[in-house]
Amino acid sequence: METNTTSLPMKILVAVLFLFLLGPVILVVPISFSGEQILSFPPASWSFRWYTALFNNTPMISAFWTSLLLGAIVTAISLAAAIPAAYVIVRMRTAGSGFLYNFFTAPLLLPTIVLGLAILIVFASMGFLGTFTGLVIGHLVITLPYALRVLATTLGNLPLACEEAASTLGGRPFTVFRRVTLPMMAPGIVAATALCFLVSFDEVVITLFLTGPRLSTLPVQLFHHVESRADPLVASVSVLLIFLTLAVVIIVDRTVGLSKTFVK
Amino acid sequence: MTASTTIDAAPAMPRFALGRAGTATALLLPIALINAIGFLLPVLNLLRMSFNEALAGGGIRETFILDNWTGLFGDSFYLELIMNSVSVSLGITFLTLVVSYPIALYLHRSSGRWRTFLTVLVISPLLTSAVVRTYGWIALLADQGPIVKTIAALGITPPRLMFNTTGVVIGLTEILMPYMILSLLAGFGRLDPRVEEAAMTLGAPPSKTFWRVILPLTLPGIALGCLLCFVLAVSSFITPKLLGGGRVFLLATEIYDQAIVTLNWPLAATLSILVLVIFGAALAVYARVLRVIE
Repeated sequence: METNTTSLPMKILVAVLFLFLLGPVILVVPISFSGEQILSFPPASWSFRWYTALFNNTPMISAFWTSLLLGAIVTAISLAAAIPAAYVIVRMRTAGSGFLYNFFTAPLLLPTIVLGLAILIVFASMGFLGTFTGLVIGHLVITLPYALRVLATTLGNLPLACEEAASTLGGRPFTVFRRVTLPMMAPGIVAATALCFLVSFDEVVITLFLTGPRLSTLPVQLFHHVESRADPLVASVSVLLIFLTLAVVIIVDRTVGLSKTFVK
Repeated sequence: MTASTTIDAAPAMPRFALGRAGTATALLLPIALINAIGFLLPVLNLLRMSFNEALAGGGIRETFILDNWTGLFGDSFYLELIMNSVSVSLGITFLTLVVSYPIALYLHRSSGRWRTFLTVLVISPLLTSAVVRTYGWIALLADQGPIVKTIAALGITPPRLMFNTTGVVIGLTEILMPYMILSLLAGFGRLDPRVEEAAMTLGAPPSKTFWRVILPLTLPGIALGCLLCFVLAVSSFITPKLLGGGRVFLLATEIYDQAIVTLNWPLAATLSILVLVIFGAALAVYARVLRVIE
Protein backbone atom coordinates (compact mmCIF):
# COMPACT_ATOMS: atom_id res chain seq x y z
CA MET A 1 0.00 0.00 0.00
CA GLU A 2 1.57 3.24 -1.10
CA THR A 3 0.15 6.15 0.85
CA ASN A 4 3.30 8.22 0.75
CA THR A 5 2.44 11.43 -1.03
CA THR A 6 5.61 13.23 -0.05
CA SER A 7 6.71 16.02 -2.37
CA LEU A 8 10.01 15.83 -4.25
CA PRO A 9 11.87 18.54 -2.24
CA MET A 10 10.91 16.72 0.96
CA LYS A 11 12.23 13.44 -0.47
CA ILE A 12 15.55 15.10 -1.39
CA LEU A 13 15.79 16.63 2.09
CA VAL A 14 15.18 13.24 3.73
CA ALA A 15 17.82 11.63 1.48
CA VAL A 16 20.39 14.32 2.42
CA LEU A 17 19.61 13.87 6.13
CA PHE A 18 19.98 10.08 5.83
CA LEU A 19 23.37 10.69 4.20
CA PHE A 20 24.33 12.88 7.19
CA LEU A 21 23.21 10.15 9.59
CA LEU A 22 24.94 7.25 7.86
CA GLY A 23 27.92 9.05 6.24
CA PRO A 24 30.44 8.67 9.05
CA VAL A 25 29.80 4.92 9.41
CA ILE A 26 29.86 4.24 5.66
CA LEU A 27 33.02 6.34 5.29
CA VAL A 28 35.18 3.97 7.37
CA VAL A 29 34.84 1.25 4.71
CA PRO A 30 36.77 3.08 1.93
CA ILE A 31 39.20 4.55 4.49
CA SER A 32 40.14 1.05 5.67
CA PHE A 33 41.51 0.32 2.16
CA SER A 34 43.65 3.45 2.19
CA GLY A 35 47.26 3.18 1.11
CA GLU A 36 48.22 6.40 2.92
CA GLN A 37 50.29 6.78 6.06
CA ILE A 38 47.82 9.19 7.67
CA LEU A 39 44.05 9.47 7.86
CA SER A 40 42.67 11.18 4.76
CA PHE A 41 39.52 11.07 2.68
CA PRO A 42 39.34 10.28 -0.14
CA PRO A 43 42.64 8.34 0.08
CA ALA A 44 45.15 9.07 -2.72
CA SER A 45 46.05 5.38 -3.06
CA TRP A 46 44.49 2.04 -2.12
CA SER A 47 45.91 -1.03 -0.38
CA PHE A 48 45.34 -3.72 2.24
CA ARG A 49 48.25 -2.43 4.33
CA TRP A 50 46.03 -1.38 7.28
CA TYR A 51 44.50 -4.84 7.51
CA THR A 52 48.03 -6.28 7.58
CA ALA A 53 49.00 -3.64 10.15
CA LEU A 54 45.99 -4.62 12.24
CA PHE A 55 46.92 -8.30 12.40
CA ASN A 56 50.48 -7.34 13.36
CA ASN A 57 49.29 -4.95 16.06
CA THR A 58 49.67 -7.12 19.18
CA PRO A 59 47.94 -4.76 21.68
CA MET A 60 44.92 -4.44 19.37
CA ILE A 61 44.64 -8.21 18.80
CA SER A 62 45.05 -9.00 22.49
CA ALA A 63 42.42 -6.34 23.34
CA PHE A 64 40.09 -8.04 20.85
CA TRP A 65 40.46 -11.41 22.60
CA THR A 66 39.95 -9.74 25.99
CA SER A 67 36.73 -8.13 24.72
CA LEU A 68 35.49 -11.41 23.26
CA LEU A 69 36.18 -13.39 26.45
CA LEU A 70 34.79 -10.59 28.61
CA GLY A 71 31.63 -10.40 26.50
CA ALA A 72 31.10 -14.17 26.71
CA ILE A 73 31.60 -14.35 30.50
CA VAL A 74 29.50 -11.23 31.17
CA THR A 75 26.69 -12.60 28.97
CA ALA A 76 26.71 -15.99 30.73
CA ILE A 77 26.61 -14.44 34.22
CA SER A 78 23.96 -11.92 33.13
CA LEU A 79 21.65 -14.72 31.98
CA ALA A 80 22.37 -16.84 35.06
CA ALA A 81 21.47 -13.94 37.37
CA ALA A 82 18.66 -12.34 35.36
CA ILE A 83 16.58 -15.46 34.52
CA PRO A 84 15.88 -16.32 38.20
CA ALA A 85 15.33 -12.63 38.97
CA ALA A 86 12.85 -12.27 36.11
CA TYR A 87 11.06 -15.42 37.32
CA VAL A 88 10.69 -14.06 40.86
CA ILE A 89 9.60 -10.60 39.72
CA VAL A 90 7.09 -11.72 37.07
CA ARG A 91 5.88 -15.15 38.24
CA MET A 92 6.15 -15.16 42.03
CA ARG A 93 4.89 -11.60 42.46
CA THR A 94 6.31 -11.16 45.92
CA ALA A 95 5.73 -7.92 47.79
CA GLY A 96 7.56 -5.10 46.07
CA SER A 97 8.02 -6.77 42.65
CA GLY A 98 7.65 -3.40 40.98
CA PHE A 99 10.20 -1.81 43.27
CA LEU A 100 12.68 -4.65 42.69
CA TYR A 101 12.32 -4.33 38.90
CA ASN A 102 12.91 -0.57 39.04
CA PHE A 103 15.82 -0.97 41.42
CA PHE A 104 17.58 -3.61 39.32
CA THR A 105 17.13 -1.62 36.08
CA ALA A 106 18.12 1.70 37.74
CA PRO A 107 21.78 1.61 36.55
CA LEU A 108 20.51 2.38 33.02
CA LEU A 109 19.21 5.74 34.24
CA LEU A 110 22.67 6.92 35.24
CA PRO A 111 25.08 8.28 32.62
CA THR A 112 28.03 5.96 32.11
CA ILE A 113 30.51 8.74 32.94
CA VAL A 114 28.99 9.01 36.45
CA LEU A 115 28.67 5.24 36.86
CA GLY A 116 32.26 4.77 35.67
CA LEU A 117 33.63 7.26 38.19
CA ALA A 118 31.53 5.80 41.01
CA ILE A 119 32.78 2.28 40.25
CA LEU A 120 36.38 3.50 39.87
CA ILE A 121 36.44 5.02 43.36
CA VAL A 122 35.01 1.93 45.07
CA PHE A 123 37.03 -0.56 43.02
CA ALA A 124 40.26 1.33 43.75
CA SER A 125 39.92 0.48 47.45
CA MET A 126 38.92 -3.11 46.67
CA GLY A 127 41.93 -3.68 44.41
CA PHE A 128 39.72 -4.42 41.38
CA LEU A 129 41.25 -1.77 39.08
CA GLY A 130 42.98 -3.14 36.01
CA THR A 131 41.74 -6.66 36.79
CA PHE A 132 39.52 -8.92 34.72
CA THR A 133 37.20 -9.41 37.72
CA GLY A 134 36.75 -5.64 37.93
CA LEU A 135 35.83 -5.45 34.24
CA VAL A 136 33.34 -8.32 34.59
CA ILE A 137 31.53 -6.65 37.52
CA GLY A 138 31.63 -3.23 35.85
CA HIS A 139 30.04 -4.62 32.68
CA LEU A 140 27.47 -6.67 34.61
CA VAL A 141 26.15 -3.45 36.16
CA ILE A 142 24.88 -2.35 32.73
CA THR A 143 24.19 -5.70 31.01
CA LEU A 144 22.03 -7.07 33.86
CA PRO A 145 19.35 -4.35 33.52
CA TYR A 146 19.05 -5.03 29.77
CA ALA A 147 18.86 -8.80 30.35
CA LEU A 148 16.26 -8.38 33.10
CA ARG A 149 14.17 -6.02 31.01
CA VAL A 150 14.08 -8.32 27.96
CA LEU A 151 13.50 -11.50 30.01
CA ALA A 152 10.81 -9.97 32.24
CA THR A 153 8.95 -8.71 29.15
CA THR A 154 9.20 -12.17 27.52
CA LEU A 155 8.01 -13.94 30.66
CA GLY A 156 5.20 -11.45 31.19
CA ASN A 157 3.87 -12.11 27.68
CA LEU A 158 3.85 -15.91 28.10
CA PRO A 159 0.45 -17.45 28.94
CA LEU A 160 0.33 -18.98 32.42
CA ALA A 161 -1.83 -21.89 31.24
CA CYS A 162 0.99 -24.31 30.32
CA GLU A 163 2.84 -23.80 33.58
CA GLU A 164 -0.40 -24.14 35.56
CA ALA A 165 -1.24 -27.35 33.72
CA ALA A 166 2.19 -28.83 34.38
CA SER A 167 1.98 -27.83 38.03
CA THR A 168 -1.54 -29.26 38.42
CA LEU A 169 -0.35 -32.54 36.92
CA GLY A 170 2.13 -32.79 39.75
CA GLY A 171 5.31 -31.24 38.30
CA ARG A 172 7.65 -29.91 40.95
CA PRO A 173 8.41 -26.17 40.66
CA PHE A 174 11.93 -26.64 39.33
CA THR A 175 10.82 -29.32 36.86
CA VAL A 176 8.00 -27.10 35.61
CA PHE A 177 10.43 -24.24 35.20
CA ARG A 178 13.06 -26.33 33.42
CA ARG A 179 10.72 -28.30 31.15
CA VAL A 180 7.98 -25.74 30.44
CA THR A 181 8.89 -22.14 31.31
CA LEU A 182 12.50 -22.12 30.13
CA PRO A 183 11.83 -23.55 26.63
CA MET A 184 8.99 -21.08 26.13
CA MET A 185 11.36 -18.23 27.07
CA ALA A 186 13.88 -19.23 24.36
CA PRO A 187 13.32 -16.23 22.03
CA GLY A 188 13.76 -13.81 24.94
CA ILE A 189 16.90 -15.64 26.05
CA VAL A 190 18.42 -15.39 22.55
CA ALA A 191 17.59 -11.67 22.42
CA ALA A 192 19.04 -11.08 25.90
CA THR A 193 22.21 -13.00 24.94
CA ALA A 194 22.76 -10.89 21.82
CA LEU A 195 22.00 -7.64 23.63
CA CYS A 196 24.27 -8.39 26.62
CA PHE A 197 27.12 -9.43 24.36
CA LEU A 198 26.84 -6.33 22.13
CA VAL A 199 26.52 -3.98 25.13
CA SER A 200 29.57 -5.51 26.80
CA PHE A 201 31.59 -5.70 23.58
CA ASP A 202 30.85 -2.02 22.75
CA GLU A 203 31.14 -0.57 26.28
CA VAL A 204 33.81 2.10 26.44
CA VAL A 205 33.21 4.80 29.09
CA ILE A 206 32.93 2.63 32.23
CA THR A 207 35.67 0.36 30.91
CA LEU A 208 37.94 3.38 30.38
CA PHE A 209 37.89 3.96 34.14
CA LEU A 210 38.61 0.31 34.97
CA THR A 211 41.29 -0.81 32.49
CA GLY A 212 44.95 -0.71 33.38
CA PRO A 213 48.18 -0.51 31.39
CA ARG A 214 48.28 -4.31 30.95
CA LEU A 215 44.58 -4.98 30.46
CA SER A 216 42.51 -3.25 27.80
CA THR A 217 39.39 -3.96 25.77
CA LEU A 218 39.04 -3.32 22.05
CA PRO A 219 36.85 -0.16 22.30
CA VAL A 220 39.21 1.34 24.90
CA GLN A 221 42.23 0.49 22.76
CA LEU A 222 40.48 2.14 19.78
CA PHE A 223 39.66 5.21 21.88
CA HIS A 224 43.27 5.66 22.95
CA HIS A 225 44.43 5.11 19.37
CA VAL A 226 42.08 7.78 17.97
CA GLU A 227 43.09 10.10 20.82
CA SER A 228 46.78 9.90 20.01
CA ARG A 229 47.08 9.16 16.26
CA ALA A 230 45.15 9.86 13.08
CA ASP A 231 45.81 6.88 10.82
CA PRO A 232 43.53 4.45 8.92
CA LEU A 233 44.15 1.55 11.37
CA VAL A 234 40.95 2.30 13.30
CA ALA A 235 39.00 2.09 10.03
CA SER A 236 40.10 -1.50 9.38
CA VAL A 237 39.17 -2.47 12.96
CA SER A 238 35.82 -0.69 12.54
CA VAL A 239 34.99 -2.60 9.37
CA LEU A 240 35.65 -5.91 11.15
CA LEU A 241 33.54 -4.72 14.11
CA ILE A 242 30.65 -3.78 11.82
CA PHE A 243 30.77 -7.27 10.32
CA LEU A 244 30.83 -8.86 13.79
CA THR A 245 27.74 -6.86 14.83
CA LEU A 246 26.06 -7.79 11.56
CA ALA A 247 26.85 -11.47 12.22
CA VAL A 248 25.25 -11.30 15.69
CA VAL A 249 22.16 -9.56 14.29
CA ILE A 250 21.84 -12.13 11.47
CA ILE A 251 22.23 -15.05 13.91
CA VAL A 252 19.42 -13.60 16.03
CA ASP A 253 17.31 -13.06 12.92
CA ARG A 254 17.84 -16.64 11.69
CA THR A 255 17.18 -18.28 15.07
CA VAL A 256 14.17 -16.36 16.38
CA GLY A 257 13.43 -13.57 13.93
CA LEU A 258 14.55 -10.01 14.44
CA SER A 259 11.11 -8.44 14.44
CA LYS A 260 9.92 -10.88 17.12
CA THR A 261 12.92 -10.03 19.26
CA PHE A 262 13.47 -6.31 19.13
CA VAL A 263 10.16 -4.89 17.96
CA LYS A 264 7.59 -5.03 20.71
CA MET B 1 -7.42 -15.53 37.44
CA THR B 2 -10.72 -17.26 37.91
CA ALA B 3 -9.35 -20.67 36.96
CA SER B 4 -7.04 -20.95 39.94
CA THR B 5 -9.72 -20.04 42.48
CA THR B 6 -12.07 -22.76 41.31
CA ILE B 7 -9.54 -25.59 41.62
CA ASP B 8 -8.70 -25.37 45.32
CA ALA B 9 -7.37 -28.92 45.57
CA ALA B 10 -4.46 -28.28 43.20
CA PRO B 11 -3.07 -24.77 43.62
CA ALA B 12 -1.96 -23.29 40.32
CA MET B 13 1.07 -21.61 41.78
CA PRO B 14 3.68 -24.16 42.81
CA ARG B 15 4.86 -24.86 46.35
CA PHE B 16 8.54 -24.31 47.04
CA ALA B 17 10.84 -26.41 49.22
CA LEU B 18 12.32 -23.32 50.94
CA GLY B 19 8.97 -21.59 51.20
CA ARG B 20 7.99 -18.74 48.89
CA ALA B 21 9.96 -15.97 50.56
CA GLY B 22 13.02 -18.14 51.01
CA THR B 23 13.04 -19.25 47.38
CA ALA B 24 12.48 -15.70 46.13
CA THR B 25 15.38 -14.42 48.23
CA ALA B 26 17.69 -17.18 47.05
CA LEU B 27 16.84 -16.54 43.40
CA LEU B 28 17.36 -12.79 43.74
CA LEU B 29 20.64 -13.13 45.61
CA PRO B 30 23.03 -13.10 42.59
CA ILE B 31 21.56 -10.00 40.94
CA ALA B 32 21.24 -8.24 44.32
CA LEU B 33 24.87 -8.97 45.15
CA ILE B 34 26.18 -7.65 41.82
CA ASN B 35 23.94 -4.60 42.10
CA ALA B 36 25.14 -3.89 45.64
CA ILE B 37 28.86 -4.10 44.75
CA GLY B 38 28.68 -2.50 41.30
CA PHE B 39 25.90 0.06 41.68
CA LEU B 40 24.46 0.83 45.12
CA LEU B 41 27.72 1.03 47.05
CA PRO B 42 29.57 3.04 44.35
CA VAL B 43 26.74 5.57 43.94
CA LEU B 44 26.30 6.13 47.70
CA ASN B 45 30.06 6.39 48.03
CA LEU B 46 30.15 8.96 45.20
CA LEU B 47 27.65 11.13 47.05
CA ARG B 48 29.76 10.87 50.21
CA MET B 49 32.97 11.58 48.24
CA SER B 50 31.66 14.98 47.11
CA PHE B 51 31.90 16.14 50.75
CA ASN B 52 35.48 14.95 51.28
CA GLU B 53 38.54 17.16 51.08
CA ALA B 54 41.00 16.75 48.24
CA LEU B 55 44.64 17.00 49.28
CA ALA B 56 47.52 17.89 46.99
CA GLY B 57 48.86 14.94 44.95
CA GLY B 58 45.63 12.99 44.82
CA GLY B 59 45.15 12.39 48.56
CA ILE B 60 41.71 12.45 50.12
CA ARG B 61 40.80 13.41 53.69
CA GLU B 62 37.64 11.88 55.08
CA THR B 63 35.65 14.79 56.41
CA PHE B 64 32.36 16.55 55.83
CA ILE B 65 32.83 19.90 54.13
CA LEU B 66 30.89 21.83 51.54
CA ASP B 67 34.05 23.29 49.97
CA ASN B 68 33.71 21.30 46.73
CA TRP B 69 30.22 22.64 46.22
CA THR B 70 30.91 26.26 47.20
CA GLY B 71 34.18 26.15 45.22
CA LEU B 72 32.27 25.04 42.13
CA PHE B 73 29.95 28.03 42.18
CA GLY B 74 32.62 30.50 43.29
CA ASP B 75 35.06 29.64 40.51
CA SER B 76 34.43 31.41 37.21
CA PHE B 77 36.04 28.52 35.28
CA TYR B 78 33.50 26.04 36.62
CA LEU B 79 30.57 28.42 36.32
CA GLU B 80 31.48 28.90 32.68
CA LEU B 81 31.97 25.14 32.25
CA ILE B 82 28.48 24.45 33.60
CA MET B 83 26.84 27.20 31.52
CA ASN B 84 28.78 26.06 28.47
CA SER B 85 27.76 22.41 28.91
CA VAL B 86 24.10 23.28 29.31
CA SER B 87 23.98 25.75 26.41
CA VAL B 88 25.96 23.52 24.01
CA SER B 89 23.70 20.59 24.93
CA LEU B 90 20.59 22.70 24.35
CA GLY B 91 21.96 23.77 20.95
CA ILE B 92 22.75 20.16 20.02
CA THR B 93 19.25 19.10 21.11
CA PHE B 94 17.64 21.75 18.91
CA LEU B 95 19.81 20.87 15.89
CA THR B 96 19.14 17.16 16.37
CA LEU B 97 15.41 17.88 16.41
CA VAL B 98 15.62 19.92 13.20
CA VAL B 99 17.56 17.25 11.26
CA SER B 100 15.60 14.31 12.72
CA TYR B 101 12.06 15.62 12.29
CA PRO B 102 11.84 15.26 8.47
CA ILE B 103 13.18 11.69 8.66
CA ALA B 104 10.72 10.77 11.41
CA LEU B 105 7.82 12.32 9.51
CA TYR B 106 8.81 10.50 6.32
CA LEU B 107 9.14 7.21 8.22
CA HIS B 108 5.75 7.73 9.84
CA ARG B 109 4.17 8.15 6.41
CA SER B 110 5.97 5.16 4.87
CA SER B 111 4.65 1.64 5.08
CA GLY B 112 5.56 -1.97 4.43
CA ARG B 113 9.05 -3.16 3.55
CA TRP B 114 10.32 0.31 2.70
CA ARG B 115 9.49 1.46 6.24
CA THR B 116 11.18 -1.61 7.78
CA PHE B 117 14.28 -1.00 5.68
CA LEU B 118 14.47 2.69 6.65
CA THR B 119 13.90 1.83 10.33
CA VAL B 120 16.84 -0.59 10.18
CA LEU B 121 18.95 2.22 8.65
CA VAL B 122 17.99 4.49 11.55
CA ILE B 123 18.77 1.88 14.22
CA SER B 124 22.00 0.56 12.65
CA PRO B 125 24.21 3.48 13.80
CA LEU B 126 23.15 2.65 17.37
CA LEU B 127 24.83 -0.73 17.00
CA THR B 128 28.06 0.95 15.91
CA SER B 129 30.49 2.11 18.58
CA ALA B 130 30.54 5.86 19.33
CA VAL B 131 34.34 5.70 18.89
CA VAL B 132 33.90 4.45 15.31
CA ARG B 133 31.30 7.09 14.42
CA THR B 134 33.40 9.87 15.96
CA TYR B 135 36.39 8.57 13.97
CA GLY B 136 34.31 8.91 10.79
CA TRP B 137 33.66 12.54 11.70
CA ILE B 138 37.36 13.16 12.34
CA ALA B 139 38.05 11.98 8.76
CA LEU B 140 35.31 14.27 7.40
CA LEU B 141 36.04 17.38 9.46
CA ALA B 142 39.86 17.29 9.47
CA ASP B 143 41.80 20.35 8.33
CA GLN B 144 42.69 18.58 5.06
CA GLY B 145 39.37 16.74 4.97
CA PRO B 146 36.80 16.75 2.16
CA ILE B 147 34.49 19.36 3.73
CA VAL B 148 37.21 21.92 4.39
CA LYS B 149 38.66 21.32 0.90
CA THR B 150 35.24 21.80 -0.73
CA ILE B 151 34.65 25.06 1.13
CA ALA B 152 38.13 26.27 0.17
CA ALA B 153 37.50 25.34 -3.49
CA LEU B 154 34.49 27.66 -3.43
CA GLY B 155 36.85 30.50 -2.61
CA ILE B 156 35.76 30.92 1.00
CA THR B 157 38.24 30.81 3.88
CA PRO B 158 37.24 27.55 5.52
CA PRO B 159 36.45 27.63 9.24
CA ARG B 160 38.12 25.15 11.57
CA LEU B 161 35.67 22.31 12.01
CA MET B 162 37.58 20.11 14.44
CA PHE B 163 39.10 20.40 17.91
CA ASN B 164 36.55 23.07 18.75
CA THR B 165 32.91 23.36 19.77
CA THR B 166 31.73 23.30 16.12
CA GLY B 167 33.12 19.80 15.65
CA VAL B 168 31.61 18.55 18.89
CA VAL B 169 28.20 19.97 17.94
CA ILE B 170 28.26 18.41 14.44
CA GLY B 171 29.43 15.01 15.70
CA LEU B 172 27.04 14.79 18.65
CA THR B 173 24.07 15.94 16.55
CA GLU B 174 24.59 13.02 14.20
CA ILE B 175 25.28 10.55 17.01
CA LEU B 176 22.06 11.49 18.85
CA MET B 177 19.85 11.43 15.73
CA PRO B 178 18.67 7.79 16.07
CA TYR B 179 17.45 8.47 19.64
CA MET B 180 15.56 11.55 18.49
CA ILE B 181 14.03 9.82 15.44
CA LEU B 182 12.83 6.85 17.51
CA SER B 183 11.39 9.13 20.23
CA LEU B 184 9.60 11.26 17.63
CA LEU B 185 8.16 8.15 15.95
CA ALA B 186 6.92 6.87 19.32
CA GLY B 187 5.06 10.16 19.81
CA PHE B 188 3.67 10.38 16.27
CA GLY B 189 0.87 7.93 17.02
CA ARG B 190 -1.76 10.67 17.16
CA LEU B 191 -0.80 12.01 13.74
CA ASP B 192 -3.49 10.64 11.45
CA PRO B 193 -2.96 11.32 7.71
CA ARG B 194 -6.70 12.00 7.42
CA VAL B 195 -6.35 15.04 9.70
CA GLU B 196 -3.71 16.49 7.35
CA GLU B 197 -5.87 15.71 4.35
CA ALA B 198 -8.80 17.44 6.03
CA ALA B 199 -6.73 20.58 6.62
CA MET B 200 -5.51 20.57 3.02
CA THR B 201 -8.99 19.91 1.62
CA LEU B 202 -10.31 22.84 3.62
CA GLY B 203 -7.81 25.02 1.80
CA ALA B 204 -4.89 25.32 4.21
CA PRO B 205 -1.56 25.79 2.40
CA PRO B 206 1.15 23.17 3.22
CA SER B 207 3.08 25.51 5.53
CA LYS B 208 -0.04 26.37 7.49
CA THR B 209 -1.00 22.68 7.70
CA PHE B 210 2.43 21.99 9.16
CA TRP B 211 2.49 24.78 11.77
CA ARG B 212 -1.16 24.55 12.82
CA VAL B 213 -1.93 20.83 12.50
CA ILE B 214 1.11 18.55 12.20
CA LEU B 215 3.46 20.30 14.66
CA PRO B 216 0.97 20.63 17.56
CA LEU B 217 -0.02 16.97 17.21
CA THR B 218 3.61 15.84 17.37
CA LEU B 219 4.61 17.96 20.39
CA PRO B 220 4.62 15.03 22.87
CA GLY B 221 7.13 13.18 20.67
CA ILE B 222 9.23 16.34 20.35
CA ALA B 223 9.29 16.80 24.13
CA LEU B 224 10.34 13.20 24.71
CA GLY B 225 13.08 13.32 22.05
CA CYS B 226 14.42 16.63 23.36
CA LEU B 227 14.56 15.34 26.95
CA LEU B 228 16.42 12.22 25.88
CA CYS B 229 18.90 14.05 23.62
CA PHE B 230 19.61 16.80 26.14
CA VAL B 231 20.32 14.28 28.88
CA LEU B 232 22.57 12.23 26.56
CA ALA B 233 24.38 15.35 25.30
CA VAL B 234 25.12 16.72 28.79
CA SER B 235 26.64 13.41 29.87
CA SER B 236 28.35 12.38 26.62
CA PHE B 237 32.07 11.87 26.85
CA ILE B 238 33.60 10.02 23.88
CA THR B 239 32.65 12.50 21.15
CA PRO B 240 33.50 15.73 23.04
CA LYS B 241 36.80 14.21 24.13
CA LEU B 242 37.87 13.05 20.65
CA LEU B 243 36.37 15.80 18.47
CA GLY B 244 37.14 18.50 21.05
CA GLY B 245 40.77 17.42 21.15
CA GLY B 246 41.12 18.56 24.78
CA ARG B 247 40.19 22.11 23.85
CA VAL B 248 36.46 21.89 24.51
CA PHE B 249 35.61 21.86 28.21
CA LEU B 250 32.34 20.20 29.06
CA LEU B 251 31.08 18.54 32.24
CA ALA B 252 31.75 14.94 31.20
CA THR B 253 35.27 15.59 29.90
CA GLU B 254 36.07 17.54 33.08
CA ILE B 255 34.83 14.66 35.28
CA TYR B 256 37.16 12.31 33.42
CA ASP B 257 40.15 14.68 33.60
CA GLN B 258 39.64 15.33 37.32
CA ALA B 259 39.29 11.60 38.00
CA ILE B 260 42.12 10.27 35.83
CA VAL B 261 44.58 13.12 35.24
CA THR B 262 44.33 15.48 38.23
CA LEU B 263 43.21 12.69 40.61
CA ASN B 264 40.86 15.08 42.41
CA TRP B 265 38.14 12.55 43.16
CA PRO B 266 36.08 14.76 45.49
CA LEU B 267 35.76 17.37 42.73
CA ALA B 268 35.01 14.73 40.08
CA ALA B 269 32.33 13.30 42.39
CA THR B 270 30.83 16.77 42.93
CA LEU B 271 30.67 17.36 39.16
CA SER B 272 29.02 13.94 38.70
CA ILE B 273 26.33 14.72 41.26
CA LEU B 274 25.85 18.03 39.46
CA VAL B 275 25.19 16.13 36.21
CA LEU B 276 22.52 14.13 38.06
CA VAL B 277 21.01 17.37 39.39
CA ILE B 278 20.84 18.71 35.80
CA PHE B 279 19.14 15.43 34.80
CA GLY B 280 16.57 15.99 37.53
CA ALA B 281 15.99 19.57 36.40
CA ALA B 282 15.53 18.42 32.77
CA LEU B 283 13.00 15.82 33.89
CA ALA B 284 11.08 18.45 35.88
CA VAL B 285 10.97 20.74 32.84
CA TYR B 286 9.80 17.81 30.70
CA ALA B 287 6.98 16.96 33.14
CA ARG B 288 5.90 20.59 33.12
CA VAL B 289 5.99 20.89 29.33
CA LEU B 290 3.99 17.68 29.02
CA ARG B 291 1.30 19.04 31.34
CA VAL B 292 1.04 22.23 29.27
CA ILE B 293 0.73 20.24 26.01
CA GLU B 294 -1.96 17.86 27.28
